[in-house]
Amino acid sequence: MLASLILLPAISGLAAFFLRHPLVRRGLWVTAAAGHAALVALCWIQKPEPVLDGWVALDAAGLLFLSLASALFLAATLYGVAYLSRAHAPAASSETTEEDWLSPAPESVFVGCQLLFLAAMTLVTVSHHFGLLWVAIEATTLASAPLIYYHRDRRSLEATWKYLLICSVGIALALLGTFFLGVASASVRQGQPVALVLSNLVQLAPQLQPQWLKAAFILLLVGYGAKMGLAPLHTWLPDAHSEAPSMVSALLSGALLNCAFLGILRMHSVCQAAGMADFGGQLLTVFGLLSLGVAAVFILGQRDFKRLLAYSSVEHMGLLALGVGIGGVAAFASMLHAVYHSLAKAGLFLVAGLLLEAYRTKDIHQVRGVLRGMPVVGCLWVAGFLAITGAPPFGPFFSEWTLLKGAVDQGRFGVVVIVLVTLAIAFIGMATAFLGMSQGPSNDSNPAPTPPPRWKWMVAPPMVLLGLTLMLGLYLPAPLKALLMGAARTLEGQ
Amino acid sequence: MLMDFILILVLLTHLRLLASSRLGACIRITALQGILLSLLPLLTTEHAWSARVLGLALGSALLKGVLFPKLLFRTLREAEVSREVEPYVGYGTSLMFGVLAVGASFWIARHLPLPAPLASQFLAPVAMSGMWCGLFLIIARKRAVNQVLGFIVLENGIFTFGAGVMGELSLLIEMGVLLDVFVAVFLMGIMVFHISREFDHMDTDRLSNLKD
Repeated sequence: MLASLILLPAISGLAAFFLRHPLVRRGLWVTAAAGHAALVALCWIQKPEPVLDGWVALDAAGLLFLSLASALFLAATLYGVAYLSRAHAPAASSETTEEDWLSPAPESVFVGCQLLFLAAMTLVTVSHHFGLLWVAIEATTLASAPLIYYHRDRRSLEATWKYLLICSVGIALALLGTFFLGVASASVRQGQPVALVLSNLVQLAPQLQPQWLKAAFILLLVGYGAKMGLAPLHTWLPDAHSEAPSMVSALLSGALLNCAFLGILRMHSVCQAAGMADFGGQLLTVFGLLSLGVAAVFILGQRDFKRLLAYSSVEHMGLLALGVGIGGVAAFASMLHAVYHSLAKAGLFLVAGLLLEAYRTKDIHQVRGVLRGMPVVGCLWVAGFLAITGAPPFGPFFSEWTLLKGAVDQGRFGVVVIVLVTLAIAFIGMATAFLGMSQGPSNDSNPAPTPPPRWKWMVAPPMVLLGLTLMLGLYLPAPLKALLMGAARTLEGQ
Repeated sequence: MLMDFILILVLLTHLRLLASSRLGACIRITALQGILLSLLPLLTTEHAWSARVLGLALGSALLKGVLFPKLLFRTLREAEVSREVEPYVGYGTSLMFGVLAVGASFWIARHLPLPAPLASQFLAPVAMSGMWCGLFLIIARKRAVNQVLGFIVLENGIFTFGAGVMGELSLLIEMGVLLDVFVAVFLMGIMVFHISREFDHMDTDRLSNLKD
């Protein structure tokens, strides 16, 4: 069961490199995405058995992030097939013809890397061994780097280089942290390191050597934090998200960042079990608040709408880290927020892709009158704005509310004030950008948008994702709630 | 004894890398370092000549000693740019940093509360100075190729430490790490090639289109 979850996308990804016919390749892509989603659905019904001595297992937190990744991948696939099969419309403005839409990467590489990316993310969610987790998280970087370089122009080249270098170096530090964890475990059995399996370590946690454990936590937090986009190591994130094709940005923001977050959560639960909850929690709180502050500053006055969304991701990753750092109810809120953020942000990136196709620019000030020119897309854009800034009745409102309530319960009023101020700043920045883009007439200086062919196919996936954000905000099904509770409990080191 | 000798040689490669002004020399030294380090598993483990240990040692020697330099030299040749390292920080200062880093590494290694004595007293300090040196090369050199080399040196240092303190890692993890490093360097090599073709240079300080 678990093996087929990983092997299905991995094998079809490798096959996609060699398939000649584009229709066959796209068929394989959709089939693999749908098959993966179906397998994940089966996991909800029957919990799969651990394999490889418990190295590979699926717990509540793993299933939560796996389901998110699989659902977003399916949405991005349906969008992507329409995106690839559209006729290459001649570029409208001279600025973009030069290099932006020149010669995209071969489709076989693109589809193959997408599927390998899914396989790597699946491996992250089911890894219970810290070494394997490291291998899987590095593999997600490597599989997604060619996706960012899809447009093959200077800007995407620069973005890919930064992504590859910053994330690889960051993750190298996480490898050192993993080794430190091994040293910490060596004190249990007279110098013999025990297997770095999560359940094993949680069980033995009180006997682990505390100094090494602390050092391991810091290194893993910095390493995986760079991948997750926590400030100050977030610098690759806006570049990669703005230069990648929109469905890739959606996956990066909605699924990949979560995977790195899961890596930190695994280590945090070991720390919790070792009775060092305060130590880990404080570090997570500091990184979270820092990310919130940095994101708020850069959202204000941002000129590029995809970068705007990317900084919003930094902000929400800060919230996730903060929630886990505070613990208790806030940890549950953090899990809930991960779900809402993934759905809303992926939906927004897919809509942003449509806008980019229609207007051929990422400049916020050159996009005007979306609501009039493309009413459906415009409505989705405004809905996405309301969702991501935490306006009721969309889901993120409730998770942010719960998170703040958790902070108040623990008397962390300073944290509450900082969060409210940064959220307000981000709201103002995003409102200016989003509402300006949606409203206004289309006149000579702002030409009317030309919707890309097949845009109806491309609008459906974000519509479903944003609809889910709304629906899950109003009604949280019992199985999902139980899963979220379970995920928050595993954080407590139980 | 032999192990101490190898580790000292590795330490010297770190200093040589910091002082070297030619890219070609840097690539060769990193390759040499990779081969030297791949000998270590043969000396640390008890059943050194099992197929598993031999295979890993041979694999990493081929990868780091043959494949990586080949890939990077090909990139250099096709990029046809000058072979200077072009440092932000001068060679003298770099070397000074290297000496300080080595000193600090030895001092820290003496105070590390390790649960069991290591196979060699040089293992921890050499691994640590490799990490410092790798990070320094990534930050203080302009050439993209140099940053790839810095990444390899950093990874070498971390892996030396890991193999030293953990004894035998499990085969799956070692293979996985090796595979990841291979693909990472492979992709970086391709990116460097594309950078030099697109921009007619491979100075990362001139990669500055994307900013806020």
